[in-house]
Amino acid sequence: MSKLFSDKTKEVFLGPLSKNNPIAVQVLGICSALAVTAKLEPAIVMGLSVTIILAFSNVIISLLRNTIPNRIRIIVQLVVVAALVTVVSEILKAFAYDVSVQLSVYIGLIITNCILMGRLEAFAMSNRPWESFIDGLGNGLGYAWILVVVAFFRELLGAGTLFGLQIIPQSFYEAGYVNNGLMVMPPMALILVAVIIWVHRSINKELQEK
Amino acid sequence: MNTNNNSYTLLYATVMVVIVALVLALVSGSLKEKQTTNVELDKMKQILSSLNIDTKDQDAKALWKQYITDELVVNSTAEVVASPKVEAFDIVLKKELAKKLEERELPLFVANIDGAPKYVISVYGAGLWGPIWGYVALNEDKNTIYGTYFSHASETPGLGAEISAKPFQEKFVGKSILNDQREFLSVAVVKPGQSAEGQDYVDGISGGTITSKGVEKMLMDCLGQYEAYFKQSTEGGTAQ
Repeated sequence: MSKLFSDKTKEVFLGPLSKNNPIAVQVLGICSALAVTAKLEPAIVMGLSVTIILAFSNVIISLLRNTIPNRIRIIVQLVVVAALVTVVSEILKAFAYDVSVQLSVYIGLIITNCILMGRLEAFAMSNRPWESFIDGLGNGLGYAWILVVVAFFRELLGAGTLFGLQIIPQSFYEAGYVNNGLMVMPPMALILVAVIIWVHRSINKELQEK
Repeated sequence: MNTNNNSYTLLYATVMVVIVALVLALVSGSLKEKQTTNVELDKMKQILSSLNIDTKDQDAKALWKQYITDELVVNSTAEVVASPKVEAFDIVLKKELAKKLEERELPLFVANIDGAPKYVISVYGAGLWGPIWGYVALNEDKNTIYGTYFSHASETPGLGAEISAKPFQEKFVGKSILNDQREFLSVAVVKPGQSAEGQDYVDGISGGTITSKGVEKMLMDCLGQYEAYFKQSTEGGTAQ
């Protein structure tokens, strides 16, 4: 086990969760962070799908890394990701039709997620399969938790619900409380991500630019 | 091995494409049957849902047999097409809408709920980002709405996407699509607080105006095709 979870792999896994977070620090994958965070449920499923696909495409690219011709490496990476996403979407359609209907657009969107290309190019192309797998998990989860936090505030303040269940009591509305309509609009996600980055950098002072 | 070689690159790309195509074809081929069944079951569930039947965790096929008594194909002059090109259940409304009104073959499902016949009509239109569709169930008088079901491909979650939520769909129940003179008016979808002169209306979704208007247009266009069929019934309309 010591070999499986050496200090390096631990670093590879924990880094993206905080100090090297794909959204908060590298500002990658912002597009989907805006698109799927109006409700908590799709945000969680999107986070998990990205994590799984990222981990496996990382492994595949890492296994192939010594054979991939340099000039077409981006194409090879894209083909691997696109093939994986298609397979996952087909399997969902056959065995979990309800989920696939709910996620129709989001699954396809994974192909265009910048984090995938970023990790494949920066990590999987020069590391062994096991580390690449861990790196994929770490980055996927780092992406997922930001999405969940953003979606939590957007759904709570924008619709007064969580997972579609009413959270803010009816008496609040009777007393004059109004849902913040701006919260369900994409720009608010950007502002929330910015707030997260702000808080994150005040805690981790070494991340602040001079 | 020199991986920067032109012929190696070409060979690599070719082999990769063939392998990926093979894998995808295999996956798609082996799952095709299951997916088609799922799509059919889902369509049954959607239609049953417009009849206010709870289909969650139920055998849609059994419910379908229990409630749906007839699957008809009608044309715009209210004639039942005896030998339709496509069976009612397999009609793709999008394709029919592209044809001239006289040439369209339209599906009509007749259901029996507690002894009373209900007529289910399928509707298809455009929302803000992509297609929207649904089913509208009418009472025996072919005028008042018994239930609706709407869904969408890619409307904004929390805004336009709310058309697929029960609260929005229930607003249509009891509304009339014909007026006292039995003229077809459809049901308007208006901004909350506003009203529509001379016809029944429901409140649209705040922040989802384009999708709401899309629903209104979809109802107008698709229910309008059956206008002649609705007028067959002799009971008076009840629109204000």
